[in-house]
Amino acid sequence: MADIKFTEAHEYILVDGDIGTIGITDYAQEQLGDIVFVELPEVGRAVKKGDEAAVVESVKAAAEVYAPVAGEVLETNKELEKNPALVNEDAEGKAWFLRIKLADADELSQLMDRQAYDSFLETLS
Amino acid sequence: MTAPAEQTEKNSALKRTPLHALHLELGGKMVEFAGYEMPVNYRLGVLKEHLHTRAEAGLFDVSHMGQAFVVGPDHDTTAGALETLTPGALKGLKLGAMRYSLLLNDSGGIIDDLMVARSVSSDDDGQLLLVVNAARKEVDYRDLSDRLAAGVELYTADERALLALQGPRAAAALARHCPMAEALTFMTATSTDFDGLDCHVSRSGYTGEDGFEISISAENAEEVARALLAEPEVEAIGLGARDSLRLEAGLCLYGHDLDEKTSPIEANLAWAVGKRRRGEGNFSGAERILSELEKGPERLRVGITPEGRAPAREGTEIQNEAGETIGLITSGGYGPTVGGPIAMGYVARDYSATGTPIRLLVRGVARPALVADMPFVPHRYRRANAA
Repeated sequence: MADIKFTEAHEYILVDGDIGTIGITDYAQEQLGDIVFVELPEVGRAVKKGDEAAVVESVKAAAEVYAPVAGEVLETNKELEKNPALVNEDAEGKAWFLRIKLADADELSQLMDRQAYDSFLETLS
Repeated sequence: MTAPAEQTEKNSALKRTPLHALHLELGGKMVEFAGYEMPVNYRLGVLKEHLHTRAEAGLFDVSHMGQAFVVGPDHDTTAGALETLTPGALKGLKLGAMRYSLLLNDSGGIIDDLMVARSVSSDDDGQLLLVVNAARKEVDYRDLSDRLAAGVELYTADERALLALQGPRAAAALARHCPMAEALTFMTATSTDFDGLDCHVSRSGYTGEDGFEISISAENAEEVARALLAEPEVEAIGLGARDSLRLEAGLCLYGHDLDEKTSPIEANLAWAVGKRRRGEGNFSGAERILSELEKGPERLRVGITPEGRAPAREGTEIQNEAGETIGLITSGGYGPTVGGPIAMGYVARDYSATGTPIRLLVRGVARPALVADMPFVPHRYRRANAA
């Protein structure tokens, strides 16, 4: 059963066993506006929690996507390089950025669940 | 103006234009710009707003910009006074003509870039209308007050709003309310009315498209904006698209591409230094500017096209193929009409030729790019000599 967790920097990680699928939240894509470029990490790279794992750029600005937890990059979503606007269309679905093999599943407990993230968003408006 | 009590602390210090309420009604995402609370985009978003302006017509609130009059006894005196501070041939402006110019300091650096328009009517000749950058208003006004010759005075027109209507359908949309507008050609202006409201209209803009800037009293601004937005071609456009449009058009943004250390020659604006003025050499900073015209400047503003898809933003270091630093990007991003990343910046003169291969240091990686011609998207101004 997959479990989704969130960071205060608006990344999500969808966890299935020891595999995590990372992307940015719908709120994040809304804030960025029209996405025109996505840069993905090399497969095989080891990332620590908080490392810059990817870059997402709108017409106006660039933003970093940080690894919510540590792990090794297994796969990246090459579709985003061809069609970055997919992030605006389906941020929390088809527009995932990367998959990692979790290095330390205990780190997940430091992240927010959906309810906590929704409450966090309410504090931002 | 007093902000309502419920305003958050963040916004309470910011100034507002007469169209503030309309921006909120239209779903404008409000941000700070030059001390004003301004819409960076509306519901369409930056990308669609940009493309709509190139395809149809976009309405921009540019009321944050400074409008002021320089007034003297006759045109020659007023233009002559301003010519001591700018390199433009302003004495030669015809009635109703306008020109892009630069306010210069004594070392030839650019205090601001601005528009100068001569009154269309000989009745009030001797006055020149200036439109200056929002972020430079105070600096400009202080400087002009200090340095203009005796007998020539500066009057600010803070009570006026300014709207820009830009795009290939702008003329058709505006003509339904302001028939006189259609007869204007690029860089000319007239005093007329918009549905019976007094206004000053110029055929000019900051997008590379045909278009107009409409100066009206603040109290009439919302009525004029609503009338234009009701036209089928017109959408409200925010500052985000204004920036991407001007970048594609190769136009400078003060504080980014121009500053007090940069000369017009370095900025590749030598065309704004009048021929007669070069001979006379009687303007602020002429010594440096004439010398750079003769010997060439050390660095030059150029267009840049990154290879690949990654945008290179302002502040990106430019290197030659040997990895040596040769310059800096001053504006960069994604060009929606170009469909890829574009930038402008300053490079050492040896690297300024179109097609020169360069490297851009983006996130620690040197990425290939080429020096490119500007504009990135051809200008479509309605010039007097065009059919």
